[in-house]
Order: sequence, then C-alpha cells, then structure tokens
Amino acid sequence: MAILVDRDTRLVVSGITGREGTFHSLRNRDYGTNVVAGVTPGKGGQDVDGIPVFNTFHKAVEETGANTAMVFVPPRFAADSILEAEDAGVALIITITEGIPAHDELRVYNHLKRGNSRLVGPNCPGILSPGKANVGIIPAQFFKEGNVGLVSRSGTLTYQIGNELAQRGFGNSSIVGIGGDPVPGSSFIDMIELFEADPETELIVMCGEIGGSAEEEAADYIAENVSKPVLAYIAGFTAPPGKTMGHAGAIVSGSKGTAAAKAEALEAKGVRVGRNPTQVSEIAVEILGARV
Amino acid sequence: MDLLEYQGKQLFAKHGVPVPEGRPATTVPEAVKAAEDLGFPVVIKAQVQIGGRGKAGGIKLANDRHEAEEHATAILGMDIRGYTVHELYVEKASEIDEEYYAAIVFDRSAKKPMVMLSRVGGMDVEEVAETDPEAMRMLHVDPLLGLQDFHGRRLAFESGIADDVIRPVAAMLAKLYDVFVREDATLVEVNPLLITKSREVVALDAKVTVDDNALYRHPDVAELRDLSAEDPQERMAKERGLTYVKLDGNVGILGNGAGLVMSTLDVVAQAGGRPANFLDAGGGSKAEAITSAVEVILSDDKVRAVLFNIFGGITRCDEVAKGLIEAFEQIKPTVPFVVRLDGTNDKEGRALLAEANLPNVHTEATMLGAAEKVVELAG
Repeated sequence: MAILVDRDTRLVVSGITGREGTFHSLRNRDYGTNVVAGVTPGKGGQDVDGIPVFNTFHKAVEETGANTAMVFVPPRFAADSILEAEDAGVALIITITEGIPAHDELRVYNHLKRGNSRLVGPNCPGILSPGKANVGIIPAQFFKEGNVGLVSRSGTLTYQIGNELAQRGFGNSSIVGIGGDPVPGSSFIDMIELFEADPETELIVMCGEIGGSAEEEAADYIAENVSKPVLAYIAGFTAPPGKTMGHAGAIVSGSKGTAAAKAEALEAKGVRVGRNPTQVSEIAVEILGARV
Repeated sequence: MDLLEYQGKQLFAKHGVPVPEGRPATTVPEAVKAAEDLGFPVVIKAQVQIGGRGKAGGIKLANDRHEAEEHATAILGMDIRGYTVHELYVEKASEIDEEYYAAIVFDRSAKKPMVMLSRVGGMDVEEVAETDPEAMRMLHVDPLLGLQDFHGRRLAFESGIADDVIRPVAAMLAKLYDVFVREDATLVEVNPLLITKSREVVALDAKVTVDDNALYRHPDVAELRDLSAEDPQERMAKERGLTYVKLDGNVGILGNGAGLVMSTLDVVAQAGGRPANFLDAGGGSKAEAITSAVEVILSDDKVRAVLFNIFGGITRCDEVAKGLIEAFEQIKPTVPFVVRLDGTNDKEGRALLAEANLPNVHTEATMLGAAEKVVELAG
C-alpha cells in the first residue's frame, strides 16, 4: 500500500511539451509511472516520446481515463490549468509550479474544497510511492519501499531526511511534498489522515518550517485522531522575522509562525521533534527499532 | 513587496479610498515646494518600511515655510530603527476627531481574506488587542464571492464606531477590499482610519504588501521597488536571480532548496556558529549560478568561512563542484570553504574537487560534520 499515487495511477501532465515538463514526465515514466497523456493547448495530436498530447484536459481524460494530473506550466497559467483539470474530473492534481500568485491560490483552494478533487502543492516536489509510482521531481533513486510515511513542505530537505532514514535501513510507504506556498492545496493534516489509514505506514514523519500555523494545527489533530507514532522536524529556528526564506510561505510574521512555537506545540501534544535531520533518523530508530 | 506609505496611498486613491492630498519628495527644496503648493499646515513624514515613525521623530507638523525646511532637513537621512530615510511624504494636515483601525489580511489558516475593524486606532494594534480585545471586530470573506455590503455593515455596526460614520466606513472597507484583490495585496492596513472634525472618513496611513509572485500583473507596482533601501548583497543577489537573505553572522551559507538551507542555518547555529546569509542556489543549479552565488556571499566582508551544503536531487553535485572550481579561478577567495556534497553525482563532484585541489577547501561527508567544521574555521 501507499497513499495517493501507485500502480493504479494514470497520469496526465499539463505542460508536457515544455523542456522541464518533458524531462520529468519521461523520468516519471521510466520509474514505472503510467503516464497516459499530456495537455498543451494547440499541440493536440502530437506526442512526447509516444505519450499522446491533447488540447484540453477533458479530451485527455475522455481518451485515456487519466485519474491524476501533474501541473508543470509557468505560474501565470497554473491556476487555470488546475481548474481545468478539476473541471475535467481529475481526482488528484499535483502541482509542481512555483510562483503562483497567492490570490490565485486562494480562489483555487476555495473552489476545489467544494468539489471532489484533491490538490497537492503548488510549489512542491510531488509524490513518490517507492516501487510503485513517482509523480513529480523527487529523485527516486534514494528511496525504497518501506513503512515510513513522509510529508513535507520542502523538497531537498525531504531528500535529506529521507536519505538519513534510508541509511538506517528505513524505506517509505509514500513521500508527499505539500509545498512551500502560503495556501497549500493539501495540509499536513490531510496527509497524516491518509497515512493513519494506510496499513503499510507504521511511522509518520512530518517536516515543517516557519510561517503559518499548519504545524500547530497538525499537532492538535494528531493528539485527537492519530494512533501511529508521528515524528517531526521543523526548519528555520534561525530565520529573522519579516524575511521570506526562499519559499513564499516561509516567513515569520511579527511573533507568529516561528520554528520554536511549532516545535513547542508539537511536543506539547506528544510529538517528538528532531533538532536536526540526523536526529530525526535516530528517533525513528528508537520508535521502530534498529534496521541495520 | 512592502510599499511605502505614499505608494500605498497612490493605490488607495486609484481605487477610490479617500486619502489626504500629498506629494513625495527626496530633497529639502522639493519638500518645501510641495508644502507651499499644498498650503500650510502640512505634515512631513519619513517614508520607511518600519512602524513607530512618529515616536522616532519621523513625523512633524509644519505651519510655515521655515518649519517645513527645518523638519525636512532633520528627517531626510535620519535613521529610524535601522532604516535610513531617503524619501519624505508631504501631506496636507488633517483635523483629527476620531481614530479607528481597519485592515484586510491574508489569513493563511482559514485560507480566506479577513477584514478587521476597530474603534481604537492610531496606536500599536497588538497593544490594543491585549488591552481592549473587544474593540477589534473581524470576519472572513469567501474569495469566490468577494466582500458583500453586509460584511461592511456588520463590522461597522458591531465595532461600536460612531453612528454617523457607519455608512462611509463600510464603504471604505469595500474599497480597501478592492485594493486587496485587484492589486494582489496580502496586507492592506489603515492605522489610523481617520474621522476628521468635519466627519469625513480618510485613510491617514497606508500599509500595503503586494504579493511578489503577482508583480507580473502589476508592472506599475513592480517599478516602485526601492533598490536604494535594500541591502547591497540582497540587491546584487536579486539582480542575479538568486534567493538570498542577509543575516548578521560570519558563516556564509549556500545550499539547494529553501528547506535544506533553513535547516543548514539551524545546524550551523546549533554548532555554535552565526550564519551570515541564507542562499538558495535553487533546483538544477548550473555551474554559472554557483559561481555567481559565491561572489554574492563573499561580497559580505564579515564572512570568515563558507559552507556548501548540497543534497543533489535535480541538482547535480558535479555541476556544483564545477561552479566552485570556476569561482576559485575567477574570484580567488581568501576564506576557507567547507563542502558537503551528497546525492546525484556526488562521487563525481567530490572527485572533481579532489583533482582541482583548491586551497583551503575542506570536504565533509555529513551535514553535521560540515557545520562543525565551518564553525571551527570561522573562529
């Protein structure tokens, strides 16, 4: 088992004909992901290394039965592309694009919440279920199948922590990047809920950072709803207030959104917080037992 | 992007929010001319992106030409909590009867805009929240519907403001919401929202933050970016398309990916060091970007040692190594470097570095080991 992407995933890629879109779509296919279609308005009828391209999501879904979308288009087209995928009935929309205007994200979030489609991202590395499917830009070669579910606001930091876990013999059920933007389509809580229900996942690792209050909200949720052990890491203890630290959502506003407050909120609810990526893997060993 | 007061007021005026008449000035003669054109009394206001200007002496009333000249001279170049005043705003003085507070904020938790109104304004809003929490009323707006008339009415009635200004205050909230949405703002704050002696409703201050990601839709706002107010290293980094934040330590940091860089700063601090900067070289960094980034880091003369912390996913460690080698050829750094390369093509990257045998470059296998080493070298 895994969450969200697996062998049943039928992927349609918006922006497949762009340089990055092509590169990652083919990489995802090489990993074993069933990439069934691409969407680029005006390029319908073409193909990308055998993957058929359609002008609209609707046509792509109708012709190929795509159930998952990856959005790889530039920021000014991304909200439109997500809304089109939703309108075409795609159940899971994974958006890699960084730099989407916050007001676009607000509209998209509030619209999708009324329907049945799930958005993961934007500004995220995607989702990898090792051995099953990779949708996005996560370097899959570092990860193998296992029982640790990983959810994170950051890309490379996830690879760092995943790799620390891998060196101690742990694999992953799924690795989900929820993204570094102020309005993520899916929250820590949404992913933790799925990991809690996933029989393969025995430990949930959440990797947060400064800005907003998603970690604090997750802490409350975990205390009430989660039976599996949850382990956390928070980045940005040294971040000064008022400065955006790379990710649009990573900003301490006044005294709100600090790493210290997040770690404290999690620990108050019994979630252990590693002080650095290495310590996260050490605590995982304490919880699950040594693997190597 | 945070706008200066007068820039915010220009956006307000564009969307019909009433503001006092005023003009920006960058020199004393310009300020005096503006004051004379507007007619005395005027208020001369320091234009800096920090609160507490009044207390710091950055806002002064001028009743005549002589006073205008005196205040403009005193305020221009003044340091207000670390911000140097490069610009003034000369504004027609308003007769204050009451001071309220209004704001529209981007509520990340609710994922909706939140409109706020308080009958207590003109002071630190967090202080009011503590001393008189009942004074502040707030409600969320569905971004797909937008602010409705009832939202404004409800806030105005419930906040306990004077009866005669309920309608105009509600109308102002609607216009502020227009600014918030149409200008892609993530913050619109009016403190104080002024009721004049003649019972007019006026925005006496303006604090507007525009979403950087939406600036392509607002070229007029993007042009307002005040490069002179930015730190020289941050400006240099921006020109080169790098994500850089200046900090006050002596350990230069370069990493790939915002989360990993934040984590690197923390680990350096845990090892007893003080990071000099945040620099995210980004995904898929090529050698030129790395070379360029090294230049930015070393342009801060406080830097005593530099840490490269790379976990290659899309980024290839051999490209990073090439960039560093190129930087050494071009810049010939005099400070030590600690390099940790892990992930895609890490062996190739480390081999390139070993072959180049750069002076004073240390390679470390782990992130923690690298942090300890760089702190030791920075002294």
